[in-house]
Amino acid sequence: MFNINEIRKDFPILSRTVNGKPLVYFDNAATSQTPQQVIDVIVDYYSNYNANIHRGVHSLSQEATDKYEQARHTIQKHFNAKHAHEIIFTSGTTHGINLVANGFSSILKAGDDILVSALEHHSNIVPWQMLCERTGANLKVIPMNQEGELVIPEFDALLSKNTKLVFVNHVSNALGTINPIEYIIKQAHLVGAAVLIDGAQSTPHIKPDVQALDVDFYVASAHKMCGPTGQGMLYGKESWLKKLPPYQGGGEMIAEVTFEKTTYAELPHKFEAGTPNICGGIAFGAAIDYMNTIGFDTIASYENELLVYATKQLQNIEGLTIYGTSKQKTSVISFNLDGIHPYDVGTILDKLGIAVRTGHHCAQPIMDFYSIPGTVRASFAFYNTKEEIDALITGIKKAKMMLS
Amino acid sequence: MSIEEIQNEIIDEFSMFEDWEERYQYMIDLGKDLPLIDDQYKTDNNIIKGCQSKVWVHAELKDDKIEFTADSDAIITKGIIAILIRVFSNQSPKDIIDANMDFIDEIGLKEHLSPTRANGLVSMIKQLKMYAIAYQTQLK
Ligand SMILES: Cc1ncc(COP(=O)(O)O)c(C=O)c1O
Repeated sequence: MFNINEIRKDFPILSRTVNGKPLVYFDNAATSQTPQQVIDVIVDYYSNYNANIHRGVHSLSQEATDKYEQARHTIQKHFNAKHAHEIIFTSGTTHGINLVANGFSSILKAGDDILVSALEHHSNIVPWQMLCERTGANLKVIPMNQEGELVIPEFDALLSKNTKLVFVNHVSNALGTINPIEYIIKQAHLVGAAVLIDGAQSTPHIKPDVQALDVDFYVASAHKMCGPTGQGMLYGKESWLKKLPPYQGGGEMIAEVTFEKTTYAELPHKFEAGTPNICGGIAFGAAIDYMNTIGFDTIASYENELLVYATKQLQNIEGLTIYGTSKQKTSVISFNLDGIHPYDVGTILDKLGIAVRTGHHCAQPIMDFYSIPGTVRASFAFYNTKEEIDALITGIKKAKMMLS
Repeated sequence: MSIEEIQNEIIDEFSMFEDWEERYQYMIDLGKDLPLIDDQYKTDNNIIKGCQSKVWVHAELKDDKIEFTADSDAIITKGIIAILIRVFSNQSPKDIIDANMDFIDEIGLKEHLSPTRANGLVSMIKQLKMYAIAYQTQLK
């Protein structure tokens, strides 16, 4: 049974105040909060078995290595990857994307096409632009419609035998749209293109099955899934990961080094140069365990309840426009009040203890599409409540009164 | 009035407010009253970087004093600039450069003073002082 009061007790930060008011944390799409269970794992690591991994003969090193590799297995199981070595630990989504983009530098040729969606985060635009500059490949954009959905017939039309790569986020961070990645992957594969899915915004709400999706690469960040910052993962199909050259050189990623030639280590170590965020990896595993204990079906259905409740109330506020009105959405609402800058709304809400994100959300092309400087974004997690949404609504009304 | 006198006046005005809401409402109203910058000066060159909202500032030298006009697309930001302009406009470059800005703290806007805050109060002050430095070299 889902007991929200019990769940809230897991998150110490939720009981603090901000500007003298109880914190209402609605910036979950930027970073989620951390439950005590994960904090305990972090404390335990530094208190009891902090050591470098994969190289020590001593017991602490072995313990840390075991826990780190155990976390890799937890992640493998969660995403249903075929092999544990298909899970590469990264510092986050951005790192994973850059790793793949860099790898494709040696594969792409001038005249190849790569497709990116109009709904992307800058993290999933800039590395591909850099890749295009290096290789002479063309970056083509799958357009979006007024509801904030990808225009699929346009995607179909862009696909050709020149298409080598397709990059789409599973869920848009600015609007919350859930993209039809099953279809996109299938169609891309028909022309022989590889697909990378940016799962930064989906993984807090959805449990993806990378084998069922048949996706080539899937990336995520721990800090959006109740885990620590500076930690993430890249899933890559074994065949692709074997094909791609290493991203960074250093310790850990080598088999043998002489000044004449270095041979690279086996997967996953080939892509994990240097001492990683050991504690981060272990805590990432703990965060996934925590979320699975609650259950992703439970999470999704409760969050959808919050989304429906909030959407309905926001729609009743005169002069409020919601951006991103797809039927397929996670619990993210982007909006503006007529004639009022999102920054002003965010400032007043902050005074009331309500944390929202304002600005372009690292998705400037979406803001340009709607011809707006940015939006106010409220994003809900499974530890939020309807009472908090009521506080948001009251806050928005107050902001509107003060600012207009 | 000297910069210090104006600052004291502003401190007096703000001391009448009981809570943040009254302070912010006052700033919002100041923002609404801010004389708008002439459209020809709303250029990318005059945009102050480091703000989440857009801020334009224009400076002109008149009788050895600097006159500032400004605008922003966010009203609270505009209110903050209105306060800065009231303090700095029609003052000599030297006085602007030497001005102490502790009054911001005293009127309860310290939170806006963090250099990492996206509203860019710090960048605004820096930019206004940069104009003063530029004009001062010109005067010499
Ligand atoms: C869709 C999307 N992609 C990529 C990122 C970048 O994630 P990170 O900063 O953890 O690398 C984010 C984070 O906001 C995101 O929402």
